[in-house]
Amino acid sequence: MPPIERATDAIEVLSAWDLDEALSLKAAHPDARFLAGGTDLMVEVDLGHLPEKLLNIHGVSALRGIRERAGGLWIGALTTHRELVESLLAESWAPALIESCRTVGAVQIQNRGTLGGNIANASPAGDTLPVLLALDAEIEVASAARGTRTVPMQFLYKGYRQLSLEPDEMIVGVLLPDPHVDDHTYYRKVGTRLAQAISKVVLGARLRIVKGVVTEARIAFGSVGPTPLRCPAVEAALVGRPVDPQVARLVSEDITPIDDIRSTGRYRNAVAVNVLEAWLVSLVPEPEEEI
Amino acid sequence: MKIEFELNGSPRQVDVPGMTRLLDVVREDLGATGAKEGCGEGECGACTVLIEGRAVCACLIPVVQVAGTKITTVEGLETGGFKAIQQAFVQHGAAQCGICTPGFLMMAAQLCASPEPIAPETVREALAGNLCRCTGYQKIVDAVVEVVIDATH
Repeated sequence: MPPIERATDAIEVLSAWDLDEALSLKAAHPDARFLAGGTDLMVEVDLGHLPEKLLNIHGVSALRGIRERAGGLWIGALTTHRELVESLLAESWAPALIESCRTVGAVQIQNRGTLGGNIANASPAGDTLPVLLALDAEIEVASAARGTRTVPMQFLYKGYRQLSLEPDEMIVGVLLPDPHVDDHTYYRKVGTRLAQAISKVVLGARLRIVKGVVTEARIAFGSVGPTPLRCPAVEAALVGRPVDPQVARLVSEDITPIDDIRSTGRYRNAVAVNVLEAWLVSLVPEPEEEI
Repeated sequence: MKIEFELNGSPRQVDVPGMTRLLDVVREDLGATGAKEGCGEGECGACTVLIEGRAVCACLIPVVQVAGTKITTVEGLETGGFKAIQQAFVQHGAAQCGICTPGFLMMAAQLCASPEPIAPETVREALAGNLCRCTGYQKIVDAVVEVVIDATH
C-alpha cells in the first residue's frame, strides 16, 4: 500500500531529549516553534496553519515536576494542568492557580496541555495567566548562550501574542513566591459553559488584608485586552483602606475589551466589573464581626 | 520517521512523518477505527484514547510524541479488563448513534483505573470533554457512575 499523503508531512520536527539539547537546538534553529503538549498548536495545524519547523520538547523530563525551593514553589514548564490539579503541594501553595487549571478545556486537554505552553502560547484568554499575574509569578527562561534568568510575569507580554523573550530562549519553569498568611486569592472564569469554553472574561486576584486594611492588591484579567493585564487604577484605589467593593467600577479604566466571536466589549466590561465587585463584597467583614 | 509504540498490548511500528496525528495513524495506518473523528480540534472527545492510562484527544497528539508509550483504544478495552464498562453502557442504554461512545468508554476507563475512590458527583465534570448529540447524557452518566463506583470503592 502506498504511503498516505497528509498536509502535515512537510513540517520539519526536531526533537530534544534533555535540556542542553533543547537549548542548543533552539539556538541553532531560532525560527523553530516549540511543541510541548500540542493542545493549542495541533488545533492550528488541523485548521491548516502549518508551521515550517517545530522543536519537540515533550521528552525533556527536566522540565517536569513541582518542587519546593527556597523562597518559592517551582513548577516545571512541561507540568500538565492535570498534574497540577492532582498535586496536594500545588493546591496548598496556590489554590487559585489550581482552580484555573481545572477550567482549562476538559480532562483530555488537562492531561496533555502544559503550564509552560499556556504561558508561551500567550493567548489573551489563557486561563492560568491572570492568576499567575496576581500571584507575582516569575517565569524562568534559559538559553544555551546566557544560562538562566527570570522574567516577572508582569513584564512577559509586550503585545498581542508577543513574549519579551530572545529567539534562542525557552521557558523552563514558573516560580511562585511563598504564600502569605494574610493573602486572599481568587479565580473566576466566565465562559459559555464550564468545560471546553474559551473565556469571555477571566479574573485572577490577590488582596493582602492586614488588620482590616488592604496592604497589597493584584487584580488581573484575561480576554479584555491584547494581553492578560493588571489593573493599576483598581489596585491603587484598593490599597490603604478597608476593602471597598465600589472600587470595582474603576475596572473600566484599566481594560480594553473588544467585540469578537465569543462576546462583546460592552458585555465583557460589565462582567469584569461585576465579578470583581462580587468577590470584593465577599471579603467585607460581616457587621457583627467588627469590633 | 520510524516510531515504535504499544497499541492495545501489541508492539507496533509505523514509518510516518512526525507530525501525523495519532488518530490518523491508529485509524488509517493501523486499521484500529474505534477512535472516531468528530471535531478534529479537541472539543468533542470522540477520539479519546489512553496514553499510559491518561485520556487524551488522539486528534491533538503528533505521533512523534508517542514513541515508546502504551496506547489503548476502545479495541483494547475488552482485553484490558474493562468489559464491565461496555456491559454497563449496554444495560443503561447509554448509546444511540455510537459516534461518541468509544470516547466515553475510554474516559470511563481512565476513571475506573483511578487509585483513589471516584465520587459520583465528580463524574459529570470528568465527562465534560465528551459530547453526545443523541442521549441527553443521563444514561451515559448513570452507566459511568455505576461502573466507576464498582471499580474504585
